[in-house]
Amino acid sequence: MRRQTLSRRRFLAATAITTAALSSPFVRGAHAAGKLSIGLWDHWVPGANRASTEVAQAWAAKEKVELTIDYIPSQGNKNLLTIAAQAQAKSGHDMLAMPTWWPQAHADQLESCNDIMTQLIAQSGQVNGTVQYLGRAGDKWLGVPATIGSQIKGPCSRIDLLKQHAGIDIQAMYPAGSAPKADAWTMDAYLKAAEACHKAGVPFGVGLGDTTDSVDTAGAFFQSFGAALVDAKGDLTVKSDAVRQALEYCVKVAKFYPADAPAWDDGSNNRWLVSGRGALIMNPPSAWAVAKRDAPQIAAQCWTHGMPAGPRGRFSPFLPYFWNIWSFSPNKPAAKSLLVALSQPDAVAKFVAASAGYDIPSFEKLTTLPTWAEEGPPKGTLYHYPNPHNHQTLSIAAAPAPPKIAQQIYSQGTLTKMIVRHLQGEPMERTLAWAESEVEGFLRT
Amino acid sequence: MADAVLSTDPPARRVITRPNAVRRFFQRKSTIAFLMALPLIILIFGLVIYPAFYAVYLSTLRKSMTSVAWMRNCAWLPDVICTYLPFGNMQFLFTRETFWKVVYQSCLFAITAVIFKALLGFILAHFVHNIPAKGQRKWRGMLLIPWVIPPAMSTLAWLWLCDPSYSAFNYVLTGAGFDRIPWTGDANWARFAVILVNIWVGAPFFMIMYLAALKSVPDQLYEAAAIDGANWWQRIWYVTLPMMRNIIAITALFSTIVTFANFDIVRVLTAGGPLDQTHLFATWAFKLGIEGGDIPLGASVSLFMVPILAVAAIFILRDINQRGNEA
Repeated sequence: MRRQTLSRRRFLAATAITTAALSSPFVRGAHAAGKLSIGLWDHWVPGANRASTEVAQAWAAKEKVELTIDYIPSQGNKNLLTIAAQAQAKSGHDMLAMPTWWPQAHADQLESCNDIMTQLIAQSGQVNGTVQYLGRAGDKWLGVPATIGSQIKGPCSRIDLLKQHAGIDIQAMYPAGSAPKADAWTMDAYLKAAEACHKAGVPFGVGLGDTTDSVDTAGAFFQSFGAALVDAKGDLTVKSDAVRQALEYCVKVAKFYPADAPAWDDGSNNRWLVSGRGALIMNPPSAWAVAKRDAPQIAAQCWTHGMPAGPRGRFSPFLPYFWNIWSFSPNKPAAKSLLVALSQPDAVAKFVAASAGYDIPSFEKLTTLPTWAEEGPPKGTLYHYPNPHNHQTLSIAAAPAPPKIAQQIYSQGTLTKMIVRHLQGEPMERTLAWAESEVEGFLRT
Repeated sequence: MADAVLSTDPPARRVITRPNAVRRFFQRKSTIAFLMALPLIILIFGLVIYPAFYAVYLSTLRKSMTSVAWMRNCAWLPDVICTYLPFGNMQFLFTRETFWKVVYQSCLFAITAVIFKALLGFILAHFVHNIPAKGQRKWRGMLLIPWVIPPAMSTLAWLWLCDPSYSAFNYVLTGAGFDRIPWTGDANWARFAVILVNIWVGAPFFMIMYLAALKSVPDQLYEAAAIDGANWWQRIWYVTLPMMRNIIAITALFSTIVTFANFDIVRVLTAGGPLDQTHLFATWAFKLGIEGGDIPLGASVSLFMVPILAVAAIFILRDINQRGNEA
């Protein structure tokens, strides 16, 4: 075997080539900042995805990033399956949109967004308590609250039917363009209105199933009575007076809901409103938007407003989406840069307009965009949808229990099941004992 | 290579024997069979065996998925053994009311649906068998429609028929002066609805299998029975059923497994409600694991189907083997 020797001439040639390569100018190519793959929620408002594509691709062109966007629907829980699969495989998108509880469920696998959240809060104002509860684990921000998909599930009422059967002028309580005058909109008023509308044959269309719309409403009602099944420390509080009081009230009012409410899913209330069979539902403006297309005479009578106040305050269900960066993402700086771009006021305004007011930003300075004031008919119907005057506390069912316990209470529909069991004649103490046993199971780690 | 073949040199001979051995290996029927089955083996390994073992692994983890869910305080085992068994999730499930509800419902759903599917399939197969050959194909095709439509899609049509507020069935009932039926709102009606849809989807499978079995029963047996004076019922009992026993057993086994593991019908029609009264193992596992974020518990629930179905399979297949040996 011939031995390789390094001659002086060869050494000099190699050194010259290396030096030339290192000192040559960096040519910035079309995708010099690498690749980024993101998964966004597939919006059900037609055309809304186009707005996010435009904002994200404009950012990609500016930053020279090769960007791939996948729109993942929540129908059939495809987004939850994607999240679970990517978490198990530790591979997939760099950034993924996760609904409500999922950032907490995968907190250990998510990149901290403290740096960009500090910057965004300074720019657009503080985020509400529910976003902090769901989006932060200790001091770590698990992601950025997404405008796209975030929603409030407050009441959407029929102006004419409430006035005619319950004597409530909902537009006077929630005037377009100014602060609510809704002191009289209490749990008692809600109960009386529910009874009157039931008698008139146009019952409130509130579900008692275990899908999110039903659970969110039950959660807000329980919170209005200060009732929680588990407190913030993780202690069981099922057999408390507040829970008894809330359950009793919910059963009392449930008697005036449609008889098949325990079998309702998230589409049932929408159909209830659009078909003209009910005076009120609890939903974001998607039901109104469908009515605008399919039954304009009903849409023209719809008014989105705040929740009734209970003994412990006025609580409205808020379900935020988050944009989260996986810790296994190979291009975290680019993902963070994109999240900042998607959270700029201009981008947010574009998303809100594209979704016809459905999407709600979580930052306090961004809840008074013109879209909500201008949408109609009737004009101003969505003015109070984003809670512009902060007259109600935005919350999520099962809070303030530690999120991993609350997620179980929420997904199993424990609150609505309690209401239905008691409604169907089970004694309250037995219902509470059942709930306590269920929740004990959720406490396991 | 030509030089090597002509040469008488011993090492060169070794060179030419090697390709022959390889060729012979690849020409063996078993090798060809294996290679042809290899894509399927890879698919089964990737999509069935690996996920099954992974599910077993997941079911041994705690909710946080960071450590093993060891058993605790077993009533029937000393602590020394109990605390080293990684079946804490299974132990937990045994203490849950909903779990036992799901066990009951899964058994009720599978047994009732399979019995009625078999019965309906048997009756339909006889009807179709007795239709003249000319028009039989048309009827066979039409009766197979419920089975060939993806159940998730056909169940959507059933959902509209049974919708809580806008049921088409109720529209007809109320039009005829009857009360509305809470098809998905009442536990018993909801169970009835999911079983009904399962029977509607699955009966054609039984029909086609039984029809094939009926066609293979020799006519001479019926002729002999007729000469002996057997009536219609005796011909069914003493000729048809004994000749179809194996196909009935295999079809029932196959259908029991598929029905027990059903997901789409319940998911679309009732989503397990009301009050968890229609959940099956698969739908409850999805609810816990994917919707509830407790993947280990969801995996544990789904694994409960395995021993139950394995026991059913062992009994039925043993019976078939025994009868095969007797024959």
